Amino acid sequence: MSNVTSNDSKMVVEAKNLGVGYGQDLLWSGANICVGQGEFVAILGPNGAGKTTLFRALLGNIQILEGDLKVFGGAPSNARSQIGYVPQRRFIDSEIQIDVREFAMLALLGGNFGPVSRAKKARARQLVEESLRLVGAEEFIGKRIHELSGGQLQRVFMAQAMARSPSMLLLDEPLANLDMRAGANLAQAISDLVKSHNVTALLVAHDLNPLLPYLDRVIYIANHKVATGTPDEVFTSENLSRLYGMSVEVFRDDRGRIAIFSELEGGNHH
Amino acid sequence: MRNAFETGTIVAIVAGVVGYFVIIRKSAFAAHALSHVGFAGAAGAVYLGLSPIVGLLSFTMGGAVFMGALGKKAASRDTQIGIVLAFMLGLGILFISLYQGYSSEAYSILFGQILGISSSDVIFTVISGVAVLAVVIIIYHPLLFASVDEEVASASGANVTLISLGFMILVAFTVSIAVQVIGVLLIFALLVTPAAAGVRLTGRPLLGLVYSIAIGLLITWIGLFLAFYSPYPVSFFITAIGFLVYLGVRGFSWFRHDRSRIVRAF
Repeated sequence: MSNVTSNDSKMVVEAKNLGVGYGQDLLWSGANICVGQGEFVAILGPNGAGKTTLFRALLGNIQILEGDLKVFGGAPSNARSQIGYVPQRRFIDSEIQIDVREFAMLALLGGNFGPVSRAKKARARQLVEESLRLVGAEEFIGKRIHELSGGQLQRVFMAQAMARSPSMLLLDEPLANLDMRAGANLAQAISDLVKSHNVTALLVAHDLNPLLPYLDRVIYIANHKVATGTPDEVFTSENLSRLYGMSVEVFRDDRGRIAIFSELEGGNHH
Repeated sequence: MRNAFETGTIVAIVAGVVGYFVIIRKSAFAAHALSHVGFAGAAGAVYLGLSPIVGLLSFTMGGAVFMGALGKKAASRDTQIGIVLAFMLGLGILFISLYQGYSSEAYSILFGQILGISSSDVIFTVISGVAVLAVVIIIYHPLLFASVDEEVASASGANVTLISLGFMILVAFTVSIAVQVIGVLLIFALLVTPAAAGVRLTGRPLLGLVYSIAIGLLITWIGLFLAFYSPYPVSFFITAIGFLVYLGVRGFSWFRHDRSRIVRAF
């Protein structure tokens, strides 16, 4: 399940002056993004700013309107097999009474036409069990998918994505709706995964602070613009003020946690 | 009786398999609507002096292509489907009123007429049934993936629109052959009830399919047997036994999952 990168200097994601949107309307533009192998990157910004749209662009599912985007050095649509995508989902319908293991195996067997050999199935089962262990979800193997809590489900989604040994994970709001402890644990688990398997993880989040200890880079999307860099580079009053086009203040407490206040509102905790 | 037994057996197997996916795709109402679309087609065919199966198949196919092209999400758009369903039922009634022949034709389309099945119907059923099963075997894995997890299946390169379209065509075929046994109005009894029970019994999809087929066969065979030795209609027995089996399965899974809670309460 490990990923061997032949060339570490090669960028996983390389966007130059990128602009995306729907139809002819730009959602955001002028994005210059570089993400290397094994980096843990958070994508932050207000609702509707276009965070998930960035994922769609990386998966090659929408047209690029401006600039250039390379994923693993080529066109995004050619990189799909190297990407593990975990969309934003709250639950799997309870009518679908499927086992956790069978659910995760779909990612490996779902592309096969016709009957699958016993050996291939056994291999898929083994890979899935390994990746369930990897994300700390091995205890759910005997359960059905609708019996799991939000945090447990996110781990199973991640295991499903990891079973295909992707070089990059795209995680859309995995921490949403989790309580603080479950969120912190999941952030830790993702970070462990990134380090142990040298996998690149891009994660859409609302709350920066649970991720802050682990992040290599932040992509902040707001007001049709994109800012990237390390958390320290992006989260400065000057930077966010420029992005939003109004006065924004960034505060840090003594443990490095960040809070953001704008001139318009009382406070907006990040 | 032999024709009825053969047709019933094939229909139970095919409906059990296709029904499994109808349940997990949450397309039960779309399948129900397809049968009503089929009713308009069958009644139209009878009015024109053709075999009802010709109208059934052509109309359900048309409906399937339309609904399938709209994708999995469209198949759960209850309001729009309901509006089309009502119109199709009305259209069928118009055709029947135009047709000055026997009202027994209408009755058999609506409620099934398995005991009056001809040998050529059996041949049609066998061919269609085998074709549907062959297609399901070929597309089983992609269909299962897209049914459970459409977004991820799509992101990993599956053509979910094509799968959705192909599946609705399978449903159209299944509805067309099942109508002979159980009729337009009672299609749920074979297409939904056995699969709904099968899905609940296990978390393993292949085993769920086996259960679904087994339950479908059980209720069809018992229904035919009881109807043969009694004055009551087959459709009643099939629907009633199906209902009881489903209740039993729900009770069983409730007991299995909540047993620990009950034990703790004491």
